[in-house]
Amino acid sequence: MPGLGTSFGRGGATTSLQDLSHADAILIMGSSMAENHPVGFQWVIEARERGAKIIHVDPRFNRTSAMSDIWVPLRAGSDIVFLGALINYVLQNEKDFREYVAHYTNASILLRDDFKDTEDLDGFFSGWDPEKQQYETESWAYRGARLKKDIYKRSKGGGHAQDRGGEKIQANEFEQDKTLKDPRCVYQVLKRHFSRYTPEMVERLCGVSQSDFYKVAETFCSASGPEKTAAICYAVGWTQHSKGVQLIRAAAILQLLLGNIGRPGGGILALRGHASIQGSTDIPTLYDILPGYLPMPYFEEDSDSITEYIQEHKTDAGWWANFDRYIVSLLKSYYGHAATAANEFGFNWLPRLTGDHSHIGYWIEMAKGNVEGLFVMGQNPAVGAPNSRMERKAMAKLKWLVVREMVETETATFWLDSPEVSRGELRPEDIETEVFLFPAAGHVEKEGCFTNTQRLNQFHEKAIDPPGDARSETWFMYHLGRRLKEKSKANPNPDNAGLDALTWDYTLAGEIREPNVEEVLQEINGRSVVDGKLVSGYKELKNDGSTSCGCWIYSGIFPSAGENLARKREPRDFLGHGWGFAWPADRRILYNRASARPDGAPWSERKKLVWWDMEKKKWTGTDVPDFTATKAPDYVPPKAAQGDDALGGDRPFIMQPEGMGRLFVPSGLRDGPLPAHYEPLESPVHNELYPRLESDPAAKRLDSPQNPYANSPDERFPYVLSTYRLTEHHTAGGMSRYLSHLAELQPEMFCEISPQLAAELGIRNRSFVTIATPRGIIEARALVTSRIKPLKLDGKTVHQVTLPYHWGYKGLVKGSSANDLIALSQEPNVRIMETKALLCNVLPGPMEHGPKALEELAQVMTGHKERRQE
Amino acid sequence: MSVTAFLTDSTLCIGCKACEVACKEWNQVSNDGLDWRGFSYDNTAALGHSTWRHVAFVENTAHPGQGGNAPEAFTWGMLSDVCKHCENAGCLEACPTGALVRTEFGGVYLQPDVCNGCAYCVVACPFGVVERNPAEGRAFKCTFCYDRQKDGLKPACATACPTESIKFGDIEDLREEAVRRMNHLHSAGFRDVHLYDPQHTSVGGVHAFFITRGDPRAYNLPPNPEVPTSYLRKGWISAGIAAGLMLAGTLFAFYGSNHE
Repeated sequence: MPGLGTSFGRGGATTSLQDLSHADAILIMGSSMAENHPVGFQWVIEARERGAKIIHVDPRFNRTSAMSDIWVPLRAGSDIVFLGALINYVLQNEKDFREYVAHYTNASILLRDDFKDTEDLDGFFSGWDPEKQQYETESWAYRGARLKKDIYKRSKGGGHAQDRGGEKIQANEFEQDKTLKDPRCVYQVLKRHFSRYTPEMVERLCGVSQSDFYKVAETFCSASGPEKTAAICYAVGWTQHSKGVQLIRAAAILQLLLGNIGRPGGGILALRGHASIQGSTDIPTLYDILPGYLPMPYFEEDSDSITEYIQEHKTDAGWWANFDRYIVSLLKSYYGHAATAANEFGFNWLPRLTGDHSHIGYWIEMAKGNVEGLFVMGQNPAVGAPNSRMERKAMAKLKWLVVREMVETETATFWLDSPEVSRGELRPEDIETEVFLFPAAGHVEKEGCFTNTQRLNQFHEKAIDPPGDARSETWFMYHLGRRLKEKSKANPNPDNAGLDALTWDYTLAGEIREPNVEEVLQEINGRSVVDGKLVSGYKELKNDGSTSCGCWIYSGIFPSAGENLARKREPRDFLGHGWGFAWPADRRILYNRASARPDGAPWSERKKLVWWDMEKKKWTGTDVPDFTATKAPDYVPPKAAQGDDALGGDRPFIMQPEGMGRLFVPSGLRDGPLPAHYEPLESPVHNELYPRLESDPAAKRLDSPQNPYANSPDERFPYVLSTYRLTEHHTAGGMSRYLSHLAELQPEMFCEISPQLAAELGIRNRSFVTIATPRGIIEARALVTSRIKPLKLDGKTVHQVTLPYHWGYKGLVKGSSANDLIALSQEPNVRIMETKALLCNVLPGPMEHGPKALEELAQVMTGHKERRQE
Repeated sequence: MSVTAFLTDSTLCIGCKACEVACKEWNQVSNDGLDWRGFSYDNTAALGHSTWRHVAFVENTAHPGQGGNAPEAFTWGMLSDVCKHCENAGCLEACPTGALVRTEFGGVYLQPDVCNGCAYCVVACPFGVVERNPAEGRAFKCTFCYDRQKDGLKPACATACPTESIKFGDIEDLREEAVRRMNHLHSAGFRDVHLYDPQHTSVGGVHAFFITRGDPRAYNLPPNPEVPTSYLRKGWISAGIAAGLMLAGTLFAFYGSNHE
């Protein structure tokens, strides 16, 4: 989550769901929170009951809109225009929370003279290299900040590891104009940058009337200030765009300008898609980071010496000055006694990245036949991944495939009953992939932890034993590792030194020899190496190998034997302290130093959270202070100070080298220091804001015969397509389509279209329709509803078609997969695909089945296909 | 042990259907068929033998494209319907076998092991709640989670509801709560809200009352539900009069004509 990471310092939601109930306004955008987070939505309703205004900006009128005070439909993919106009509204009308902005954000910092904005370069920022198709970001640095040696080119890698900021530049070195008047200060650059994001542009590009825009702007801004706070909630409706990170950045800028970060009822809540998605970036299933957001080292481009690696990532100022403690402690937890100072704590046993090993990256390699085997756990890529048609065909090139699942999913049977088989593209007898299907235990059949959307880690008990041969992930991974280690021991090979050194000792219980999960959590918490005593938090971690810790941000979750805080169920206050454990250090609202004035007193009685106690000389309040508890508000760091000591007493963003929230990101992003509106990779209109550029120049289209694109605009594909989820189903359906009580609630694939488009095409409610994009063709039932509204863009009518993506060819209820239609594409920072704004065509009537489906798609592609329903 | 009730509030309902699923899971009710109906997001259609909680989705298409609570707004009303557990329950009065009984919590409980499948209750219910399972013949409906209440638990639906749209508790407390809630909603600008609690018809009050956004009829709640037995006296009188007239006619036929 570099959008939040580069802005504030940490890639996680800044607030908690419970705290939403204290908001005076909540903007939900890029999310249907009521549908996809129904339990968390209770606090939005509670806020509404207390008088808060709920604003929902979304292409569809959905269950969230139904509960909101204001619903604004906008064109999918135009979000930055809308948010940019909100930012412009705040700046032009001087609605910003000036004291907050001046002290807690980098508004006053001066930029280099060679930095050029999109205003100067027709939509580009300075540093664009047209040959490499990427930015050289040097000119984005603060004026006066020294550049660090750029070992990390990261041309191949992902951006999750760039959450730390300050790796390329000494961001603690800068010049300031505290009056915010200097034309080169961030505040003025921001003002100029967003000046073209006007309500007129919102009307022309988003299809939102100016009066609706002003209603949102006034409602949201008037709910911000010393006495009030407003929150923003988003989900994958923002992230799954070719410019998703910049969308979140725009929200971060708005919230910083309005002074809504670090304060009760404020913040940005990143709503995670399902259980423990936050957990799976903290202790990552991602390829480019190690636990706790430590970067995965690169082969060749990166150092093979831990000293150099640390030098690269450790900052002089801010919390990341502790980088060495965290990586050394992690290596100690991996390799135990085998990790010594002499062998650099086993740094060179860590695997190295050799390229783009993101999902999309390795699937492209798989399609080329370069991947031998694959483990699929907790995922159903045959219908759940973009361009799933291509993904299924790629799996046919594997030698072996392991699927661990509770049911036999589409991924396990792609070789037998996928549409490609019926269409004659794949023949089961030709596929050599050997598929192993392992039965997996469900979450009630095993114990363990979930880290939810607000960084809250909760331990859950096992209710019943898993049936038959079904086993937990812990069991599977432990015993797989044990067997591999035994094999390696029997056939010694220096290549396996890392595997041999790996600590792999857990107490096993019962007949099935289930590893003890609490021991894993203790390993994550960290210990003192000498006596094995659990550490009480990450402040105890050392860089000399005397401590071990599996994930530094979780440290403190198991502070002593028998004290598993994730298991606690005794809430003491409205933030839920005493229930579970929120990383870091059980802080529920991050950057909460900002809830007090620079002098340490609360901004207002109504919105007080953490403040400086003059008598006791420490920070106190409802939340755990996200600040050194005894650092006085008037603390001025001495010249030579390092780390946290180098940040003054009025710098709430302690992870950043400058200690400030970033309106402008000087380093860490690949597609610009400020958000700018670019059209989606497929768009029904041209980019009127920056006519020289259509889409985000740094985004990767990955054009190929298997992954073709429509033009922007394209007569063959005139409608905007967006995908979404329903309350009734779980992602690609592996956990819901197989259960009759859920399947009956939404038993068939459907497509929501407006009555106007239905009339135009002669489509009746409940009839079948065929939907095509250059990638694929699918079938759905038409749900004609006024909840979908055609938009007027500059006089042109734009129709939007929206599809849930829960179905596939297995389970109690079957149907086409919307993901067959999605392109493989990569956002520049995190390499996520664009699923929320594409182009499609809709034909009345059912799809042709078998090989004829592809003929029909070819006809649509050549523009020769038209059908009308009688 | 108190007499209990549901207060179901559509201004808080997000249409998640957790109540439907929790009910079916707890009571082991089968699915309702896997048919997509194309009627908003409602695929279980109505209360019946296999659906004891039913979330209705009402799209008000009068003003498309407007949001919010303003009177001109486009609305998408959601409400979880359930057996009303009437004070004068038509089903209970019609049941010839005694399968339907009144519980100590005030609810109407259908004992499947006593039911003979005559379906008199089906036609006697003014709300269309009870239904026979055509596959096995007997009638089924909401049990008011009698088993859970016996153990001091809330019914499954009210327990699962994430937004407290379904409240459960002492009936008198909830009636007061309903009035408070209506006042609050009116002051918060919800103009088109109604309290549905038919106390003054022959059903004599219910144990499941509702707050609806918009006309209760849109959610399948009849404006004047009447228990069939309320027509009993009128029916008997009509029958009596008819019998009398017939008798008179017959007598007239025999004796009324002129004797020669």
